[in-house]
Amino acid sequence: MTLRLQVNGQVHEVDVEPDAPLLWVIRDELKLTGTKYGCGIGVCGACTVQMNGQAVRSCTLPVASAVDADILTIEGLGASSEVQQAWIEHQVPQCGYCQSGMIMAVTALLAAKPAPTDDELAAAVTNICRCGTYPRVRAAVRAIASRKGPVR
Amino acid sequence: MMTRRAVLISGVTAAGALVVGYALWPSGRLARASRLAAKPGERFLSSWIKVADDDLVTVVVPHCDMGTGTFTALAQMAAEELDADWTKVQAQIAPPDPVFANGALVEGFLCEEANLTLNSVPFFLRAAAANASRTIADSIHLQTTGGSSALRMTGVYGMRIAAAAAREMLVKAAAARLAASPDGFRTEMSRVIHDGSGKSFGFGELAAAAARWTPSSNPRLKPKSAYRLIGRSLPRFDIPAKVSGALEYGIDASVPDLHYAAIKLARAFGGRLRSVREEAATPLRGVRKIVRLDDAIVVVADRFWRARNALEALQPTFDAGVNGAVSSQTIHASHRRALEDAKIRRHRTSGDGAAALGGAVIERNYNVPYLAHAPMEPVNATALYTPPGALEVWAGTQDALGARAFCAKTAGLPVGKVVFHPLPIGGAFGRRLPGQWNFLTYAVKTAIAVPNVPIKLLFTREEDIQHDFYRPNVTSRFRASLRPDGSPLAWVSDYTTGDDADPEAQIFYDVPNQAYGAAKVASPVPTGAWRSVASSWHGFFIESFVDELAYEAHRDPLDYRRTLLQGKPRHLAVLELAAEKSGWGAPLPERYGRGVAIVESFGTIVAHVTLVEVADSGALKVHRVTCAADCGMAINPDGFRAQIEGGVVFGLSAALYGAITIEHGAVVQRNFPDYPVVRLADCPAIEVHLHQSEGPLGGAGEPGTPPVAPSLTNAIFAATGIRIRELPVARHELRRTPPATADSI
Repeated sequence: MTLRLQVNGQVHEVDVEPDAPLLWVIRDELKLTGTKYGCGIGVCGACTVQMNGQAVRSCTLPVASAVDADILTIEGLGASSEVQQAWIEHQVPQCGYCQSGMIMAVTALLAAKPAPTDDELAAAVTNICRCGTYPRVRAAVRAIASRKGPVR
Repeated sequence: MMTRRAVLISGVTAAGALVVGYALWPSGRLARASRLAAKPGERFLSSWIKVADDDLVTVVVPHCDMGTGTFTALAQMAAEELDADWTKVQAQIAPPDPVFANGALVEGFLCEEANLTLNSVPFFLRAAAANASRTIADSIHLQTTGGSSALRMTGVYGMRIAAAAAREMLVKAAAARLAASPDGFRTEMSRVIHDGSGKSFGFGELAAAAARWTPSSNPRLKPKSAYRLIGRSLPRFDIPAKVSGALEYGIDASVPDLHYAAIKLARAFGGRLRSVREEAATPLRGVRKIVRLDDAIVVVADRFWRARNALEALQPTFDAGVNGAVSSQTIHASHRRALEDAKIRRHRTSGDGAAALGGAVIERNYNVPYLAHAPMEPVNATALYTPPGALEVWAGTQDALGARAFCAKTAGLPVGKVVFHPLPIGGAFGRRLPGQWNFLTYAVKTAIAVPNVPIKLLFTREEDIQHDFYRPNVTSRFRASLRPDGSPLAWVSDYTTGDDADPEAQIFYDVPNQAYGAAKVASPVPTGAWRSVASSWHGFFIESFVDELAYEAHRDPLDYRRTLLQGKPRHLAVLELAAEKSGWGAPLPERYGRGVAIVESFGTIVAHVTLVEVADSGALKVHRVTCAADCGMAINPDGFRAQIEGGVVFGLSAALYGAITIEHGAVVQRNFPDYPVVRLADCPAIEVHLHQSEGPLGGAGEPGTPPVAPSLTNAIFAATGIRIRELPVARHELRRTPPATADSI
């Protein structure tokens, strides 16, 4: 079945089953491998992409439900967004595998809430990082928030 | 250092092996290295150091990148000795060829050991050494990344010397050009400068001439006081590609006509494939091949999700094999029996522990569970078999050279017929070390079953968790007797293990009579190195028990340790730093508690003070972990701090939640919901404070982990009076009672 997907501003036609997970269509059909597989059940967040600006876990999302939506992956974010720059400044990643998903989740949060508190960050970004970069994720988001919001 | 190395060389020679010369390459080796890893215009000056015509220095790193920052830190060590301009330095991974083996790593460990037996090889290298052919000679054909070894072994014993040798060659080339004595030259910012004539040359313009000199094995090294790059928190090379999503990990290997393989292994260890409904999967879209193996079933399809769906349609069944009756209960019963054995072989470290125990003995038992590594990138490998006998493999492993040999052995091919592409690793923590390569085994077997088709075999998270090589489940019994002043007179510990006694069981506290013993048990569950290895259990046991002794002696637990560390100035300094930075002793609100623990592992001393709050309901909040560490001199202080932070989070996940349990010979847990780990919401504030000392360079990746669990359970005791002796904490009900009795559970 041919489906039309809009990913990073580009329209793609893919011949896949409607229940194929969006993650694997992005990775294996579109060859955008920045989005990662971590758990396959939507709990770890490594596969996080944005759908119409909302962070979603693509490993459990049937591709059919992404038709007509505006999908953004890490590749669509470029390399020098505010969040990515803060990640470099704070030397956040270690192995880096979870960071595409982490960055997509944080970017979506900051779009909705430019100066989140630590608690708001933790409630919205439940992504797993086994290297333990959380203190630096927090520091990087605080730095962005302090430029945006009231002094906390 | 040279004296110790001379000892080493004679020792190795007596064993019939050769480890000399890793930094002193014969010219033939340099030519081979250049063919493999140098582009036109680049020249190897010594092992691991290339200089290009445009001055660019490339440090060829015989390790994998698994996120610990070693590529940058090793480049700092090399650039320091070279006097290179840091803006003209880069690092690249060494090809998996014996010419780039990291023998310095093994040599470094051997410098610390007098006897060259297999047992003297550290645990994380043992599988590799045994795998090769049980000789140290073969174990130098390694590119292992583990044991927190990259900087303190490859860096100290290899990279620094190689770079200093390269610098001398550049100076000689400049001296020859001006027909002057090399003594009149100095180096700075990738230039060789002759102050007498005011002339200077860039490294690039000297490289060709320099390469004709033979590298010295004994070059002059810089004194610490002259360091410009070591000790600076320079940004890591690898981070930009990790925030743009561009970095290709093993799972991202891109090969034309790539097919995907999904695998289901027998649930029970030792189980065998019984049946599959092949007719249900064969007609499904994209299915290319169903591969029956003894203990697994694999589906190869044109897309991963199709392979995975077909695997489910097959409804494979397995028998439980010989381990069907094994459970966590039977394992714990075997531990209890082993600890009751009167024949436990004890190692006396001083005095006579058992004899001195006497009558009034404090006895405590502890247990830590099996743990999975659960790296974020589940294990995977891509393989292409081309008949009659060529194999190409793409994978992230912690030893590319060993992995290449392992794939050759698995396929029954000579090593020369295997091309291995090492790719960056999405977390390992030990999971991708030699001895834990089931993902390579199945990928190679599948590739052979589907000749000419490149297949990417990926374990789902469920397979990754259920078919790991686990941190061992260990039970221990500690006994001590105290003097009238409360200090320990005798200390005897026994613990279960399948190996010989770990040196990590030794304590550094001043106790006149000490002994430790290894109670032998066989594990039906496959085990392997897990971040911090034996220190992950001994650290918990020892630092829990010393805390219990402090309580029995009615002493403050930190002050008690202080008394027992008077002869250990580095340990004492680390403890005092942790005490000061954590505000030890300052009053705390109700329901709060502080706990301390100090462990030395991989050459680094780390003390943590953990601050917790336990609500009346029993809900636990870990507020802060204050860390003090002495690794000698940190090469890249921010990188070191990042590793300690990561080690704390890793240790905290394990201490709070981590447990792999066994039923019917199989792992019960499946995925993150039943194998939970710390997330942002339960991650405490973590502060890392460095105590720089004159001690030898210590590791970074592992030493942050061992003190986490005991500092946490000691803090919970301080807050509640509840002493947790079996991990994880989540198994325990934490209702609050003041610490009034000696033994509250």
